[in-house]
Amino acid sequence: MIAHVPAISHTTPRAQAPGRPFLHIDHVTKTFSRGSTVSEVLADIDLRIEQGEYVAIIGHSGCGKSTLLNIVAGLLEVTSGAVLLEDKEVNEPGPDRAVVFQNHSLLPWLTVYDNVRLAVDKVFSGAKSRRERQAWTMHNLELVQMAHAKDKRPMEISGGMKQRVGIARALAMEPKVLLLDEPFGALDALTRAHLQDSVMAIHQKLENTVLMITHDVDEAVLLSDRIVMMTNGPAATIGEVLEVELPRPRKRLDLVDNPTYIQARAAVLEFLYARHKSPALLAAE
Amino acid sequence: MASSVATTKRIDPIGSPRRVGAVTAPAAVVSFPRRARKPDRLVALLREAGAIVGPPIIVLSLALLIWQIAAAGPKATLPTPLKIWQDAKDLIVDPWFVLGPQDIGLGWRVLTSLQRVAIGFGLAAIVGVALGALVGQSQWAMRGLDPIFQVLRTVPPLAWLPISLAAFRDSAPSAIFVIFITAIWPVIINTAVGIRNIPQDYRNVARILRLNQAEFFWRIMVPSAAPYIFTGLRIGIGLSWLAIVAAEMLTGGVGIGFFIWDAWNSSRLSDIVVALVYIGVIGFVLDRLVALVGHFATRGVQAT
Repeated sequence: MIAHVPAISHTTPRAQAPGRPFLHIDHVTKTFSRGSTVSEVLADIDLRIEQGEYVAIIGHSGCGKSTLLNIVAGLLEVTSGAVLLEDKEVNEPGPDRAVVFQNHSLLPWLTVYDNVRLAVDKVFSGAKSRRERQAWTMHNLELVQMAHAKDKRPMEISGGMKQRVGIARALAMEPKVLLLDEPFGALDALTRAHLQDSVMAIHQKLENTVLMITHDVDEAVLLSDRIVMMTNGPAATIGEVLEVELPRPRKRLDLVDNPTYIQARAAVLEFLYARHKSPALLAAE
Repeated sequence: MASSVATTKRIDPIGSPRRVGAVTAPAAVVSFPRRARKPDRLVALLREAGAIVGPPIIVLSLALLIWQIAAAGPKATLPTPLKIWQDAKDLIVDPWFVLGPQDIGLGWRVLTSLQRVAIGFGLAAIVGVALGALVGQSQWAMRGLDPIFQVLRTVPPLAWLPISLAAFRDSAPSAIFVIFITAIWPVIINTAVGIRNIPQDYRNVARILRLNQAEFFWRIMVPSAAPYIFTGLRIGIGLSWLAIVAAEMLTGGVGIGFFIWDAWNSSRLSDIVVALVYIGVIGFVLDRLVALVGHFATRGVQAT
């Protein structure tokens, strides 16, 4: 597996243009070394994301897409290259890049309200009064339709509800970039659809910048403005970038026979299963 | 026992007409079962209680009986239960009497001992959690301190006494120190394990929120490691209760440990047996108390 397909649409030197990218993943490389063995996970990832854009990163499992998200979040350090947010390098975690984790990561000893409130208190300790912080916490819970469960503990609510609270917590930080790490991966299909609709509605309303990791083709096409397709690891890189030119707001049912949707879906499927087959699938043949 | 027999008897006259009444007078049938159900439930309750309380009572009675027979012979070295009852009736019946500076009820002695345990164990809990947090967080601290902990924790409580007597030159702080040094090891070790087991996700949340050290300690570390910490505390309180008796035997005072030593020196074997029962019961209660506090303090944490 050699990373042979050059990244399209990002080779032009746009950085010098007045419209600089809001978030710039600038030629990021990541290697892990354990003892004497050094493995290259990500090779020369270069991605520019504009403000308000919804970008999905898709690839087979093990291709390093979660590593990439963790690097943007600041939870992992780059080996070379840099992540620039509004032209400033970010190399440690912070509330300006809030993460919604796949397994929700709510603190089980806090109620739904307190989980969000912890983030609100921390981020807005100086900027908002107690009353404002309380209102802001409730506002965000209402945004994900979880206000009714504010006094419940995470173990008392369903997986989809936990993920909603996780999203509320991330949104409550008013992040510049919202990072979603396979946020719906652990949910059943119906709950997932509900949540996808919610995320679309929120994105429509807040116009926030979102970077989402997924391995679900339909999810990527439905939600994103652009789909970044990653080649298989080791040394994974961006194989192709697909613009999804579907007007918003998008409706799940209307898209079923929409030619643009079908075309985009086919393009991603073709990339993933014809040209960059998962190593596991290849081994099975 | 007597009451359960009485209720069973009362049911019979109600129970039998019910069967007959079903044939002759249907109207009466309705009222009977309603009246009959209450004693039924009472009987069931008593039976259930009997099933729980019965075995220990029977076993205890048997044990006392065997003891009575075994210690009844002319050459017996230990007192029989009956003799203990006769000798130490005042100690058993009234724990709170005060007849003189050294002639006080066992309740007062236990309280004195408990006070020492409270101080010694309280210090062990605070220092133990802090040290455990350090060892759990820092690889360097663990490598440096763990070997020392592993060696020191095997030292028996009494072995610390001469050193602490030499260091403090007073019996009261020495006893407290012995409790402290006995109880601290399981607290340190369990806290460290708990902190090493904090899920990476919680750490990530803390990093994204940029919690500072103090916030991380109180908001993430302590609640997340709480189940482990309480396991350590529970073992610790048990050990400190073990140590108090040993420590008080040598340091004197009015504690329950010294009482045993004193009774031994004046050959009051019956008093010793009573004191042993006291110590056992208090130790049991202490253990359950810490477990209960732990149960409430760690609500929700375990079920993830």
